[in-house]
Amino acid sequence: MTNSNDVQRRDFVKIVLAFLGTIMGAVIGIPAISYLLSPATKVQSKEAWIPAGPMENYPIGTPTLFSYTRSTINGWEKTTNSFGAYIVRSNATDVKVFSNMCTHLSCRVNWKNELSEYICPCHDAHFDVEGKVTAGPPPAPLYAYETKVEEGVLYVHHVEG
Amino acid sequence: MTDRVLSWIDERLGLTSIYNIVFDRKVPKVNWWFTLGSATLFLFLIQTITGIFLTVYYVPSPDHAYDSIQYIMNGVAFGWLIRGIHHWGASLMVLSVFIHMLRTFYMGAYKFPREMTWLTGVVLLLATIGMGFTGYLLPWNQRAYWATTVGTEIAGTAPLIGGFIERILRGGSDLSAVTLARFFSVHIWFFPATIALLIGIHLYLVIRMGISSVPKDGD
Repeated sequence: MTNSNDVQRRDFVKIVLAFLGTIMGAVIGIPAISYLLSPATKVQSKEAWIPAGPMENYPIGTPTLFSYTRSTINGWEKTTNSFGAYIVRSNATDVKVFSNMCTHLSCRVNWKNELSEYICPCHDAHFDVEGKVTAGPPPAPLYAYETKVEEGVLYVHHVEG
Repeated sequence: MTDRVLSWIDERLGLTSIYNIVFDRKVPKVNWWFTLGSATLFLFLIQTITGIFLTVYYVPSPDHAYDSIQYIMNGVAFGWLIRGIHHWGASLMVLSVFIHMLRTFYMGAYKFPREMTWLTGVVLLLATIGMGFTGYLLPWNQRAYWATTVGTEIAGTAPLIGGFIERILRGGSDLSAVTLARFFSVHIWFFPATIALLIGIHLYLVIRMGISSVPKDGD
C-alpha cells in the first residue's frame, strides 16, 4: 500500500506541475504573441460617405470641384491625402460626381467651361461632361462616385484602391 | 524512448555535469540576502526580453519616439504590460544590484580570493546605472529631455575635459536627434553586451570560488 500511495503522490505532483506550468505559459505567452500580432488584427476601412454640403451649393449645369482629405493612421504615423471630385448637377434632383483623377496616369483633370470638357494637362486627354473619353490616351471614362442625398445634403461614396 | 534520446544528447553535450557544477555545488548555510545576485540575474533576463519586444515598435527619432511609445501604450495589445514591466524592472534592478553590493560589502565577501568577482561586480553596477541613464531619455518627453540635459551638463562641469565629455555624450553641443540615437544604441547594444559578458565572468568566478559563508562573531 505504501508503494502505491507514493506513486499516486508523484502523479499528483506531476499533474499540479503540468497545470501550473500551463497557466504560467499562457500568462507569459498570450501577451507576448498578442503584442507581436496586434497590428495585423486591425483593418482600416478604405471607404466612407463624405458629406459634400447642401445640393444648392452646386450650380446646375457647371461641374464644380469639391476637394476633401482622408487620413490614414498606421501606428504612430498619420498620412493625409487630398482628393478632388467634380459635382455635376443636370437638374434640380439629378447629380453625378466624377473623380478628377485621369484614368491614364492619375494626373488631375480640370473642367474647361469654354470647351465644355475636362482636360488632363499631362497628355492632353479630353473627357466630356459625362466623363467619357473624347480624345487622348485614357483607357476608361472618369470614375463616377456613388452618391446619395439625405436631408438636402449630398454624400459622395469614397472608395480607395 | 525519451530517456534514450536525452541520454544520447547528454553523452555528447555533458549537460548533466554542467547542471551538477552550476546547481548542485556545495554552499554554506546562508540567508535570504544571498538571493539578490540571482534576483538581479532574473531581472536582467526580464529586462532583456521586454526590451527586445519594445524595439518592435519603438523608433529612436525625435519625430516618432514619443508617438511610438504612445502607440505601444494605447495601440498595441499588452504594450502597456511589456513597457510597464520594463519600466518597473529597471528601477528594481538598480535597487537589487545596489543591495546585492551592500550585502557583499558588509559581509566582507569581496576579500581574497573573490576580489575579481567584486571588481566585475563594480563594472556591472556602473553599467546598470548607465542603462538607467540612457534608458531614461528614450521616452523623449519633457522629463526625459531635461533630465538628460542636466545629466550631461553635470558631466560638462569636470575640469579641463568636461566640455569635451559633454559633447561626446550629446553627440554635439546640443541635445538632439544624435543624442537620442546614440543613447538608444548604447542602451540596446553597448551596455547589454558588456553586462552579458561580465555576468558570465561574474558567475564563472562565483562557481569557481564558491560563495563565502555568513561571517561569525570574531571573524
